[in-house]
Amino acid sequence: MSIIKGRVWKYGDDVNTDVIFPGKYTYTINDPKQMAAYALEDLDPQFVKEVKPDDIIVGGKNWGCGSSREQAVTCIKENGLGAIIAKSFGRIYYRNCLNAALPALTCTEAVDAIKGGEVIEVDLASGIIRCTAGTFQFPPLPAQVMGIFEAGGLIPYTRKQLENRQELIQ
Amino acid sequence: MGHPFAEKILANKVGLKETVPGQIVEVTPDVVLSHDNTAAVCGIFKRMGGIAVFNPEMHAVILDHATPAPKTEHAENHRIIREFVKEQGIKHFFDVGRGICHQVLVEEGLALPGEVVLGSDSHTTHAGVMGTFGAGIGRSEMASIWALGKLWLRVPESLKIVVNGTLPSGVTSKDLALRVIGDLGADGGLYMSVEWHGEAIEALELSQRAVLSNIAAEMGVKNSYIVPDQKTFAYLEGRAKRSYEPIYPDPDADYARVVEYDVSTLEPMVACPHTVDNVKPLSEVKGRHVDQCFLGTCTNARLDDLASAAEVMKGRHIAAGTRMVVIPASSDIYIEALRAGYIEIFVTAGAMVESPGCGPCLGNHMGVPAVGEVVISTANRNFRGRMGTRESEIYLASPLVVTASAVTGVIASPEDIEEEKR
Repeated sequence: MSIIKGRVWKYGDDVNTDVIFPGKYTYTINDPKQMAAYALEDLDPQFVKEVKPDDIIVGGKNWGCGSSREQAVTCIKENGLGAIIAKSFGRIYYRNCLNAALPALTCTEAVDAIKGGEVIEVDLASGIIRCTAGTFQFPPLPAQVMGIFEAGGLIPYTRKQLENRQELIQ
Repeated sequence: MGHPFAEKILANKVGLKETVPGQIVEVTPDVVLSHDNTAAVCGIFKRMGGIAVFNPEMHAVILDHATPAPKTEHAENHRIIREFVKEQGIKHFFDVGRGICHQVLVEEGLALPGEVVLGSDSHTTHAGVMGTFGAGIGRSEMASIWALGKLWLRVPESLKIVVNGTLPSGVTSKDLALRVIGDLGADGGLYMSVEWHGEAIEALELSQRAVLSNIAAEMGVKNSYIVPDQKTFAYLEGRAKRSYEPIYPDPDADYARVVEYDVSTLEPMVACPHTVDNVKPLSEVKGRHVDQCFLGTCTNARLDDLASAAEVMKGRHIAAGTRMVVIPASSDIYIEALRAGYIEIFVTAGAMVESPGCGPCLGNHMGVPAVGEVVISTANRNFRGRMGTRESEIYLASPLVVTASAVTGVIASPEDIEEEKR
């Protein structure tokens, strides 16, 4: 589980949430499965046609800047993506990834080295990315946030916390 | 060494003596702001096993994104929210027509100095105009706060922007904001807390300061703080929903970066397609044909924005081959603009005036562009596809420039109209 192996979809800097999931759908499409069909609609129309589970997006700096819309993470996660690697992330996008338990990894050197279309490996446990050009290390998640990730995301994490509170009350 | 605003307010909220950048803290916000996405948050809240919200007093629910509802789906969305608000006993609920959430939060005295507002909208940074720590979060995070009453935040590094000098006539805080975003870039303040200091900021009215706290989100910041002063306190008199205690950065605070500007020679600026940091001086983009001009949004549709636009528009007509949409940011502003005669000026000139809300800003309704069209707007975002079709171009500018462009049919400044007359 902790090793993700997939084909790379490589994009540039400052890819914003409007091109990842257009604003016009934000209040009419509520089913995550349906959201998947619109992923990267205004950036790369080929993406949803060809993407396979465990594929990996590699973006430049500030991936996911713009709106707070969580659908921009959900639509990617629902396509079965294994991870997103970028030089940096829009801050809400980064939080949304962690909260959806979708690995969002920051590693400038790896982004520069990885080529679009190649198959790479991400080892979450050891914090290592393996690609044709070599091996790269990425920084681990803060310990306090790891709990959310390990619970499978913020929804199961909160559910667990609520249950614990209920038990305390009873 | 002292601490900047963000480190102080987050320490204060969690009862620590101090915090440092990179530290993770669990915060109970004073206000949680949600809009039309409240319905989606309700769904997540239920999936989390939530039954009653942690504290109904904490909520501000303001419908603005698709108001009045353009489609049955939007109307259903609003219906779900009204039922939820009633069932949970949420008092600070503002139904369709009241205005854009960020503006309404300020008008209703719910964005207060020294308080923390977390909102499921990226422009929640807007609240910083009142000396508030305002940050955007995701929907699941919002639902988690509803359930648990708290959320983790990383204490941000701080960026200090010092603005000196006096803005020349016809140059506004929008031009300053665009200049700064153009210089620093879309990730120029990523993850950071930005603070606006200096005599030029002190000289601005709250309405103009709000542009800076609002659009700062476009350079990636977590929050955008303006030092509260007598103008802030006077505005809050009789309006603040609670007593409040302002928090100020220490005079000897340690900042990750300090940037200085002198605005005395600043020109009007325009953000060009398709990113907010693609900024050019107005002089370089003048003459570009525009199909639609949009005066609206949480960034620039307050009374003084409408007043400056009305002054340009008075006695004139919108150019043939160009349309104009005007949307006041709130019902209060709408009424004041009506009384002041601005609305009459716009309608007489051929503009369409719509009811308060986000409107076409994110491509929902009330004047979206056709394929191949060019829009100039007072909004904060011009991403490809933002207003509905990816096959359109969006320029961002001040209300003065947007209105002058409506009159001439090309990107222009008010002086261009004066010269034409002579």
